[in-house]
Amino acid sequence: MTAGQASAENVAIDVHGLSKSFGGREVVHDLSMQVKRGTIYGFLGPNGSGKTTTIRMLCGLLTPDRGEGSCLGYDIRRDADRIKRQVGYMTQRFSLYQDLSVRENLEFVARLYGVRDARGTAREMIRRLGLTGREGQLAGELSGGWKQRLALGACTLPNPQLLLLDEPTAGVDPKARRDFWNEIHALAADGLTVLVSTHYMDEAERCHEIAYIAYGHLLAHGTVDEVIAKSALTTYTVTGDGLNTLAAELTGKPGIDMVAPFGTSLHVSGRDVAALEATIAPWRERGGLRWQHSAPSLEDVFIELMSRSKDNFQ
Amino acid sequence: MSAFVTAGSSGESREPNETRFGFWRRSYAMVVKEFIQLRRDRVSFAMIVMIPVMQLLLFGYAINTTPRNLPTALLLQEDSDLGRSILKALQNTDYFRFTREVHNVAEFDDLLLSGKVLFGVEIPRGFERAVRRGDYPAMLVAADATDPVAAGSALSALSAVVQTALDHDLHIGDPASPPFEIRVHARYNPAASSRLNIVPGLVGTILTMTMLIFTALSVTREIERGTMESLLSMPIKPVEVMFGKIIPYVLVGFVQAALIIGIGVTLFGVPVRGSMILLALLSTLFITTNLAIGYTFSTIVQNQLQAMQMSMMFFLPSILLSGFMFPFAGMPVWAQYIGEGLPLTHYVRIVRAIMLKGATLQNLQYDMLALLALMLLAMTIAVTRFRRTLD
Repeated sequence: MTAGQASAENVAIDVHGLSKSFGGREVVHDLSMQVKRGTIYGFLGPNGSGKTTTIRMLCGLLTPDRGEGSCLGYDIRRDADRIKRQVGYMTQRFSLYQDLSVRENLEFVARLYGVRDARGTAREMIRRLGLTGREGQLAGELSGGWKQRLALGACTLPNPQLLLLDEPTAGVDPKARRDFWNEIHALAADGLTVLVSTHYMDEAERCHEIAYIAYGHLLAHGTVDEVIAKSALTTYTVTGDGLNTLAAELTGKPGIDMVAPFGTSLHVSGRDVAALEATIAPWRERGGLRWQHSAPSLEDVFIELMSRSKDNFQ
Repeated sequence: MSAFVTAGSSGESREPNETRFGFWRRSYAMVVKEFIQLRRDRVSFAMIVMIPVMQLLLFGYAINTTPRNLPTALLLQEDSDLGRSILKALQNTDYFRFTREVHNVAEFDDLLLSGKVLFGVEIPRGFERAVRRGDYPAMLVAADATDPVAAGSALSALSAVVQTALDHDLHIGDPASPPFEIRVHARYNPAASSRLNIVPGLVGTILTMTMLIFTALSVTREIERGTMESLLSMPIKPVEVMFGKIIPYVLVGFVQAALIIGIGVTLFGVPVRGSMILLALLSTLFITTNLAIGYTFSTIVQNQLQAMQMSMMFFLPSILLSGFMFPFAGMPVWAQYIGEGLPLTHYVRIVRAIMLKGATLQNLQYDMLALLALMLLAMTIAVTRFRRTLD
């Protein structure tokens, strides 16, 4: 706690032991995390893992059952009003007014935050988003990619210090996704802290730091390399013919925790190196297959973490 | 279940079968789905039973079109046996209930004007002596005739009943030619035109319906469209949300009220005897009160269907127990208490008093304060009920 307070200047989010239950089911369990200012922090995990609930607790939309902490130096329980003024929250589902135009939505947000020149600020944001010419269009009539841009624009418009983005790129095409991430990096370069939840591995790799959460438990955190290094997973990449049969044969064998096809290759991973080596030995001799010891990908690590946590918590 | 699967997977070979039973099967699927959804919506389910039973019992017992025990003011200029007999006879008709005794004409008029009594009975000084001398004096029965139904039956029973009573008690005079005159003043609406009474009441009724619906859906709509999450994450307070949602409709309501009153005056010939400004001010208060109540509903219900049902639950008693449709004074006391809790009751009094009687703010203080209290109560509930989180 004292360490957290001492570095309050540099820490945007500092929470300890957050828990939240809905209808007797614990959705977030004893979650602690720290996010440094100016970083892009990726929040990963399967559906229903508690990402949205955690984000909502951070911005005061949900009250944690247990645990405490601060967001931008404000207590998340007591100072929700102050936090809201400095946090931009982009919801998973488009939640601007579908029956207002682009410009009207942005002006509404600007006025709510007490921005002095609401019209001018909205106009500037429209220009920055590349929405000039569409400002009169109803938000509900925009395509998915444009809606998402507008939503990002709306939550960055009041110049927040922290952005909470809940699966901002779900259902958006790759080009729009790339533009979106470029924008986020530009914002972070200006000193903004960004907490972004995602399912995409390539997006995780664009983050400065990541955290992996499953079934309400925070399982791993750090930079991408740290998370991979800490996983203690041994992976072999197999190429060649008959990979489908190989996958079926290996699945469930001792020492083999995961078999996953990646295009024309197969990733075979296990935590126990000795057991893994022993099990695959007979197949390594088989002709037409090429076995190569490789570093696990982030996805390997996550899928392995997920299956392990499933054993522990479900 | 398997029938659906095979029909789908085997494709065109089942085509004839599909068309033969398809209509019923698909309708059935829809029926099952609707029933499931209805059953999940507990509040709506309860209302299906509650609305008819409650309303039927409530109105069946409360409504009475030949009202009795109507509040009556008494101005006794002399204390005489004859006077007391007449009063007793009046009270025995069950139509009149003497609730106030006043000592001068100004007070007497004031009570009628503010609607606190429906009748006033005045027995003048020297009345008994004049009767005995055979001077054929007059006693005054003044009626608030804005509501012809309430006043009508009591007035028509008046002379006969009093005469019979006199014969029994005092044996004076000759039944064929009564010894005194009962002078009836049907005030404010001497022609007993029901239109004069209905049109001002309609102003309030129409406003209640439209205003309630405007705001009753406002919060649920934000929740159902998913915009609430965004709104709550921004720095806005419950009071600010409430005012933001109410104020536009105050203007809408004001325009609506002006329209109805304008039509009432031009097409139906209803007068506006009192101050137009006072009418505008108190109408605005009434509009705001209804909007606040509608908004309160929207913070309580979970979806738009429930919001509509709740508005209906509120609207029906407003029509039936407010004195708009049936005489307020004729209802049992418990029903009058419910009526006092409805803004329309107070507004119906206000709008009739200003338009037909030319009442001033002083006459309407009570009803204005009641509206104000109801508005503040609704707003307080709304602000405390408004959920600031998604918990």
